[in-house]
Order: sequence, then C-alpha cells, then structure tokens
Amino acid sequence: MTTVRTRGTVVIDTEACKGCDLCIDACPPQVLVMTVHELNDRGYRYPQLLAGCTGCKACSQICPDFVFQVYKYDTPIDIEVGDDVIADAGTGED
Amino acid sequence: MTNELLRILPTDAPPTEPARLVDDFTPALIDVGAHNLCPGCGEPIAMRSVMEVIAEKGLIQKAIAVFGIGCYTAFSNNLDCEVLQALHGRAPSLATGVKRARPDTIAVTIQGDGDMVNEGLQEVVHAAARGEKITCILLNNGVFGETGGHMTATTTLGQRTKNTLDGRNAADHGYPIQMASLLAGLEGSAYVARGAVNTAGNVSRTKRMIEKAIEVQQQGLGFSFVEILTMCPTGWFIETQEAPEYLDDTIAAVHSGGVLKDITSTPT
Amino acid sequence: MAPRLMEGSEAIAEAMVTAGCRFFSGYPMTPFTEVLEGMAKKLPPVGGVCMNAESELEAIGMAWGAAATGTRAATGSTGQGLSLMQESITELSIARVPLVVLNMARSQAEYWQATRGGGHGDWRRIVLAPMDVTEATELAQLAFHLADRWRNPVMLYGDYYIAHTYQSVDIRPLDFGPLPANDWALTGATGGSGRARLVSPLGDTKQRDDVGYDMSEYYHRVHDRQAEMIAGTEPMAETGHLDDAEVVVVAFGTPGKFVRYVVNQLRDEGVPVGYVRPITLFPFPTATVLAAAEQARVVGAYENSAGQMVDDVRLAVLGAAPVEFIGGLTLDGSAFGIGPDITVPEIRSRILRLCESAGCVPEGVAR
Repeated sequence: MTTVRTRGTVVIDTEACKGCDLCIDACPPQVLVMTVHELNDRGYRYPQLLAGCTGCKACSQICPDFVFQVYKYDTPIDIEVGDDVIADAGTGED
Repeated sequence: MTNELLRILPTDAPPTEPARLVDDFTPALIDVGAHNLCPGCGEPIAMRSVMEVIAEKGLIQKAIAVFGIGCYTAFSNNLDCEVLQALHGRAPSLATGVKRARPDTIAVTIQGDGDMVNEGLQEVVHAAARGEKITCILLNNGVFGETGGHMTATTTLGQRTKNTLDGRNAADHGYPIQMASLLAGLEGSAYVARGAVNTAGNVSRTKRMIEKAIEVQQQGLGFSFVEILTMCPTGWFIETQEAPEYLDDTIAAVHSGGVLKDITSTPT
Repeated sequence: MAPRLMEGSEAIAEAMVTAGCRFFSGYPMTPFTEVLEGMAKKLPPVGGVCMNAESELEAIGMAWGAAATGTRAATGSTGQGLSLMQESITELSIARVPLVVLNMARSQAEYWQATRGGGHGDWRRIVLAPMDVTEATELAQLAFHLADRWRNPVMLYGDYYIAHTYQSVDIRPLDFGPLPANDWALTGATGGSGRARLVSPLGDTKQRDDVGYDMSEYYHRVHDRQAEMIAGTEPMAETGHLDDAEVVVVAFGTPGKFVRYVVNQLRDEGVPVGYVRPITLFPFPTATVLAAAEQARVVGAYENSAGQMVDDVRLAVLGAAPVEFIGGLTLDGSAFGIGPDITVPEIRSRILRLCESAGCVPEGVAR
C-alpha cells in the first residue's frame, strides 16, 4: 500500500470554474487533475484533487475565478493511494 | 489516463482534520466573485492582488480606485472599495484631482495598455513627471481586449492581433512602447516596477511590487507605478493553458520584469 | 467689504473662491488665461488647490476627480479648449458630478456648444450668461449652487469683454438657499462597509449577481433627474419696455448690454421697441420671449455669431411674429474677442432698420 504525505487540502467551488487549466500547471506537486467527462453547470471541466497537496496556495493565487479555498493541516497526513496509481499523472497534456 | 484510476479526494467541504485556512475564495473587498471575463484571463488575478494589498495594509477606508475602460472595468462595480470611474485613458488626471483635493486618500488607478498607453499616454506621463502622489497600475496584455483583440502601443513585434494578423511589423506598425521603462526615466517617478501573473511565483513577486508602490504613496515620495503583464488567451488566439508560456515568450521578452526604479533603495 | 476696482477675470476668480471653490484646474488660452492666474493666486491662501493642467484634457479630468470627492471645483477655457473637453463634460453629466465650467468666449458662436450639450448624447446643462463683470460675479456663485443642487455641470458663458474690463465690484457671499445633503461623494470612508460608493457614468449600483452594469436603466434614471432639473429651474431673463413694444430685440451677454442701452435710447425718442436679455441660455426663457412676441410686429435676434441663439428665439416665438436675425460674426484681426460691430451706432442702425421694416419709426428719429 502506497501512502502520500499530504500537508494541505483545498475546497473547490466547481461551479465557479471556467476550465482554464491554469491551476493544473501552477501546482508544484502536480496534484490537480481536470475532470475528463464531468462538466459543471456552465459546461466547463473543473479540477479535482489528488493526495500530496502541500497547502502552498499556488492554485488559489493563479486562479482567475477564485475557485479555491486552501487549508494547511496542523499535522501532515499520510493518505493511502492504490498501488496501481501514479500520483503525478493527469496533468492534461496527454 | 482517466481519473477513475486515481484516488480523488473530497473537496466539497473544509477538512475535518485540524487545519488552518491559508487562502480564501473571493478575495478581500471583491463583493461578487463571479465575473464574466474569459477563462484564463490574467486581469482578475491582478485585481485580487491589488485588493489584497489594500486590505492587508488596512487602507480600505482611505482607498479610492480610479478605473479606466477595458475588460477590467467589470470590477468597477463589484468592489467593496470606493470607486471613481474615468473615461478611456483619463484615470491619471482624475486620480490627481482626487489626491490633490483629498491628500489623505490613497488613489490607485487601474488601467489596461489600450487605455493607458494608447488613449492616455500623455496623462500618465504628465502625472509621473509631476511626481503626483498616486499609484498607477497598468494591466498589460498587449491587446485591446474588450473590443476584440486589436493592436495597442505595447503589442510586440511579431505578435498576432486582430489587425496585425501576420504579426506586428515595424515598417507598417512601428515599435512597442515599454511603458514602465519610459516612466522610470522621469524624475517625478519614485517607484516603477514590472511584474506578471502568469505563474504563482510571479503573482507573489508582483504582489510585493504593489505593496511597495502603495508604501511609496503612503510616504508621499512621488509617483509609483506597477505594470502587470496579464494573460489574454482570447486576444492572443491561443489555448488558455498555453497563455502563461506565451506571456513569457512573447510579451515579457520585450516588456521585461523587475524593479526599474526605486528611490527608497540604497545602492549596494 | 467696500467695492473695489477689479479686472473681470480677477473678479470672477474672487467670486468663485467666495462661493467656496477650493479646486481649479486650467490650461492657458485667451481670454480665459487670467482667470487661471487669478485662481492660482487666490486658492493657496485659503487652502485650495490650483493646478496648471498640461492640456485641456488634464484640466477637466483633474476637476472631475476633485469634484467627485465633494470639493467645489471648477475649470474652463474658451471655445476651442472646451471642444476638447466635450466628452468629459458630457460624461460628467451622466456620472452626475457637479462642476462649474467657464467659457470665456471669443464670440457668441459657442451658443450651440453650450446649450445643445456640445458632446455626444442628449444631456443638458444649465448655462448662465452674464452681461458684465458685476453680473458675472453673481452668476459665478449661483453656478456652484446650481451644480450642487442638481449634481450636474453648470456652464458660465463669459467673454473677452468681461475678462478684460475693469469694473467696481463688491463681492459678498450670496446665499441661494439650502442644498440636499451630500450622500454620494468619495472620501474613502465607505470602503469595506458593504456599501462602498461608486461615481461612474456607467451606473451607480453595485453588482449583486452575475449582471454587470445596466446602462439602459441608469441612463433613463439620469434622464429623469435631468427632467427634474429642467422643470425645477426657473429660466432667467432681463426685460425692458415690453408692455407696448412693437419690435422686440433678443440678445445675451455683452451685446445684450449694448442692445439694452440702444433700446433705452430709442424709447426716449419714441420708438416702440423693447428687449429680452436671456440670462439662462439653458433653460431658455421661452415663455418670456413668446409673450413679448405675441404683441409685436417683429422680433430681432442680435448675436455675435452667424446665428445660433436665433434658433431658440424662433422655437420660442413659433410663428407668433416674424423673427429676423440682425446679428453677425464680428471679430478683430486676432479673433480673440473684440467685435468691431459691437458699438452703439452700429447696433442702433440695425435695430432702427428692423423697426423701419415694421413701420414703427416715428418722424424725426435720427438714423
């Protein structure tokens, strides 16, 4: 079982998102992935969070639509992820 | 790769584990978060930084934001900050009137490159030459965004716009004006800097420039100016996620970042 | 304070400061320049600010900004400079910002510019036209009151003669009555309250949902306020010898003073002539002109232009009597504002010709 040390998390206002993808590239640990098939009510894809967030708030600072609320855990958490999962996939380029 | 293979964490509510909030949704002083600017637009990012600086410095009951006309005018009626709307290019003279009549206010202009460098070039140059104790913020995306993406005085050579579809060329269209560089050469300018909002790192650096510019106004040292390069994927005819790199390669290559003048810094 | 001999420009500056004006911005242009000089001298000692604007665009912009903070502010120029300011003057009306704007004119050919709203759109402004230095000092003070009363720019239509004539004036503060409380000006104070103020020609309502400005709603609302201004402003005019006038002459400003003099002179000689001197060019004293025309054989309009005010005279008279234009553009070689035709003999001969055409000149009156 693989775990990923996670220092922070975000709340994502999916309805506010306009699918611009800036957060995906801006996230240093690359833990944001855009949805593939799911769309919000406005018809845009929106970001989802993987394990490994550091609470650095790069996403909230780069987002033009104020989609993110960023938290930093008092104590880092180890989150279980499946063995067959690659934590840095889904950056949207492929 | 589909996301079904990844462990997606819940992000619809604050965490139950003990945590502190480090960044909130709608920035301080922006009443209504939803705006109709294009996906990937850099202007809301810059507006956020300006408003955060005003809030963090406790200046909200002194600040009067003087807006020019452009896409960013969308923010002129949803800020919890007093706003004076100017005509295209005219914000510096209005801000001058505000500051001279009420010297205890903090007067900040928000203008785009079409507004400031085309229509209002003489206004900002005269305000800087006068050492007017105001802060002018230039949101520079190299196009007239609101009217559909046409060439401005800051459009770089080779940049494609609606009326330079083969790319700006010097023979037909002349050369771009580097606004911050021009103003840094005037004696009345006390602080002149150029930043960008295409990466999180640049957003932080630019926010520090805005802080410094406001401090210069608070100390009454003269004219302060921050040019902020913003993304305009619509006006650049590119995908939103290509815009940060395009900004670096096309815009920032000509309008280069950094602090161009700071009369408060001692030479090393 | 005892009367003092003052040049008109200085007297107007003194009157503005007396009215509480504490911000002035201007760009030198004849014959407005000396008003700017006067304000530069008089404002600093009372804690006011006079800015040397780098162009007329900066001048109107700075005045707009100062006025938006609730400070009594003014600017001005002459006709050409005002042409440059027109976009701003119009948008000031839409943004509902009070401002006094002086036209120290070189002729009377900016009547249309002043009264038709020289810029775009159909926004109106009260226009006051003094005939001499004394009246200019009174109307300058009234202008600030009206600007605050209606939250709209007010124009003072002066001229070269008024600017450069020395006259003995006694400038005292005039009280025009109470004004509504200022609930709109920007000082920074309402920031962060949830109701931060907005002064804008695009609208005055904060966005509360996904909708931005609704300019249709706002423009209609400003039109309503303008309609109130027009309905609530009594047109002003000076009249003379109208009771049994068979010929009526309409003229404003300095020429109006000459016309008055000539009409008084002709009356002494038995010519049944009267005059109307509009003091508010907008709103035009339509009812007064109509009443005078209804009993007259002919109405004459004298103005130093190719004929602009005559349009409003015709609109007021509406066929009740024939309207004849007896003016014309008269300039000296500099075109700065002296009109060689504006003399008693010349105006007398034109009015007499008009009276002759109506068959009203008694025997023995010298031409």
